Amino acid sequence: MNDDATTDATTHPSPEPASRLDPVPGEWRRVSSKYIVVDFVTTLIWSVMFTVISTLPAWLFGWGAWWWALPIVFGAIMLVTLILTPRRVRSIGYRLRDDDLLFRRGIMFQRFVAVPFGRMQLVDITRGPLARAVGLAELKLVTAAAATGVVIPGLPLEEAEELRDHLVALAETRRAGL
Amino acid sequence: MTQLADGEWHRLHPATPLLKGGIAFIAILGVIIANLRERILEVFVPGLECPEEFCSEDPVSIILDRYLLIGLLVAAGVLLLIIGLFWLSWRMHTFRVTDEIVEVRSGVVFRSHRKARLDRVQGINISRPLFARIFGAAKLELSAAGSDANMDLSYLTSANADGLRAELLRRASGIRAREAGEQAQASTEAAADGGETARVGLSEVARQRLAEFTAPELDPNLAPPQSVVTMKASRLIGSTLLSSTMIFFLIVIAVLVVVMTTTDAGSWVFFALIPTVFGFGSYLVNRVVKSLRYSIAATPDGVRVGFGLLSTTNETLPPGRIHAVQITQELLWRPADWWMVQVNLASHSAAAQGAAGQQKTTILPVGSRADVLKVLELVLPGLVTDETRLLIEAGLAKGRGGDGFTNSPKRAAVLRWFSWRRNGFLLHPDAVILRKGAIWRSLSVVPTARTQSVAAHQGPLERLLRVAHVRVHTVAGPVTAEIGAIDVADASALFRDTAAAGVVAIRSDRSHRWGDR
Repeated sequence: MNDDATTDATTHPSPEPASRLDPVPGEWRRVSSKYIVVDFVTTLIWSVMFTVISTLPAWLFGWGAWWWALPIVFGAIMLVTLILTPRRVRSIGYRLRDDDLLFRRGIMFQRFVAVPFGRMQLVDITRGPLARAVGLAELKLVTAAAATGVVIPGLPLEEAEELRDHLVALAETRRAGL
Repeated sequence: MTQLADGEWHRLHPATPLLKGGIAFIAILGVIIANLRERILEVFVPGLECPEEFCSEDPVSIILDRYLLIGLLVAAGVLLLIIGLFWLSWRMHTFRVTDEIVEVRSGVVFRSHRKARLDRVQGINISRPLFARIFGAAKLELSAAGSDANMDLSYLTSANADGLRAELLRRASGIRAREAGEQAQASTEAAADGGETARVGLSEVARQRLAEFTAPELDPNLAPPQSVVTMKASRLIGSTLLSSTMIFFLIVIAVLVVVMTTTDAGSWVFFALIPTVFGFGSYLVNRVVKSLRYSIAATPDGVRVGFGLLSTTNETLPPGRIHAVQITQELLWRPADWWMVQVNLASHSAAAQGAAGQQKTTILPVGSRADVLKVLELVLPGLVTDETRLLIEAGLAKGRGGDGFTNSPKRAAVLRWFSWRRNGFLLHPDAVILRKGAIWRSLSVVPTARTQSVAAHQGPLERLLRVAHVRVHTVAGPVTAEIGAIDVADASALFRDTAAAGVVAIRSDRSHRWGDR
């Protein structure tokens, strides 16, 4: 848990306060700062792969020198994405309210989701190899709607399990039909 | 009480193998006859002999000449085996209905045993394919949430299927059933009696078949006839001709005709076109024919929607099983003021279809504004009152201020070129109502008791325009309840209020046991 993260998007005084979406102002519970490493390495692997593949037209097919622009543009985008990783991870937050769970993520493309406890069908914990190496897990909430798509990454394993048990218990008390 | 729901294991209609394999059997017979027609001709016209070099190589004649006995034995064996397998599969296919659950066991080699809780039933569909209908049989399908979660009871006798449906719905509805038990018992017994008397005589059987064949899909005791939307043939044909599919098809034809006249590939294109034209023609005819006997009505156990002229299906959706409703209008339907109503359902079945080429989620293929309101009254009971009627009327009309909707700001015209005046939302305590589109008008209604979750999004361009979009998540279906280009403050309010209203509605929602008061 990284509660002392102060440079968060919501408390930042932005020049035009009304333009940024912030439906539920307040403090968010942040994910572990170790997740920055996991996210960085994952993004790095994908970036290198994409950039290498995008060079193929230039040297393999010999379509001309202009095709080198493709990997350059790709590389630049990937570089910016990599640099923004800490900021992106800090934008991930969640909050337990009385009757629902709030989740947020994204800086450029912001997304806020509210999932009522009574609507949770199952709570999943998954751990990739990288996350396992630093002792993290991700928590996935599944409702009857596929679009809900709430995945809270970068939770320390104990916290994830605790949260899962808590959510399952809450869902049980507030159980409803579909 | 129908004797099929007494908690014991029951088998299906004994003619099931024949009805299931009926079409296939006829097809195989057809293939055999087509292949042997020369030989059959030979039997009837002895003078006709085929040339020696063909007949000597014909495997059938080899068998006939040398291995007649073995051939006959093999054929009889195969036939017996097939009949035996069908009989075994019928014997192993049993079902049981108790107060809480329905169980179906089936399969000979790979056994399957499926159990479903009655209060989780999403809908009951009774379909009568033409072949089965002639023999007075019907297929009952019980759908649960999720894909391929249906229980198929094919086939039952028509009267049994109706009785079983009434009984299943009665038990699923909860305690009210026990109070009204005697009443339903009497009516289902009457239906069962109807099944008994069918054995009296052949003429009586024929008369009853005819009565079943021509009877309306709705039991007059259960459905008040005044709420049924009547489907006019002229409207059905007109709406099909003016649909965007039709326009698209005409454009394709026009392009091809131009290609044909200007290039020398003309004849090829022409021949490629013929099957397409036939296919499309049959699609149109099918659509019209299937929807001709469309009916919708309220029963105490939910909405009942019927389709079909020759093969009929009719689906009962208990209260609270409809997750979202969308009313849309094709561009060319506007002068006639026709609308279509689609819904999101938790169960997904590829087999149970409404009108041809349309999913069963199309609950009203085409109807006037008055029809739409009647249908809404049925699918969203409690929501359509005199005051909300005005709001819904406003939702279907052109957008203007003061009609209760919170619309997009003028700066959002960059994102919604024509529709920014109409693009808006309205939060009623019981439902989120979203109004979209200026050219293709639509109105989506999501009951707050059925929302799964809610999300607010904002991208860079939207941030620049100080707008955001909100999406209400429901089960998958044709309706996507999403509204974009809404002022940030309005979107935030919609997000907060929808989340809060959802929580309140979940707490008070009792529709999974709709009779339980």
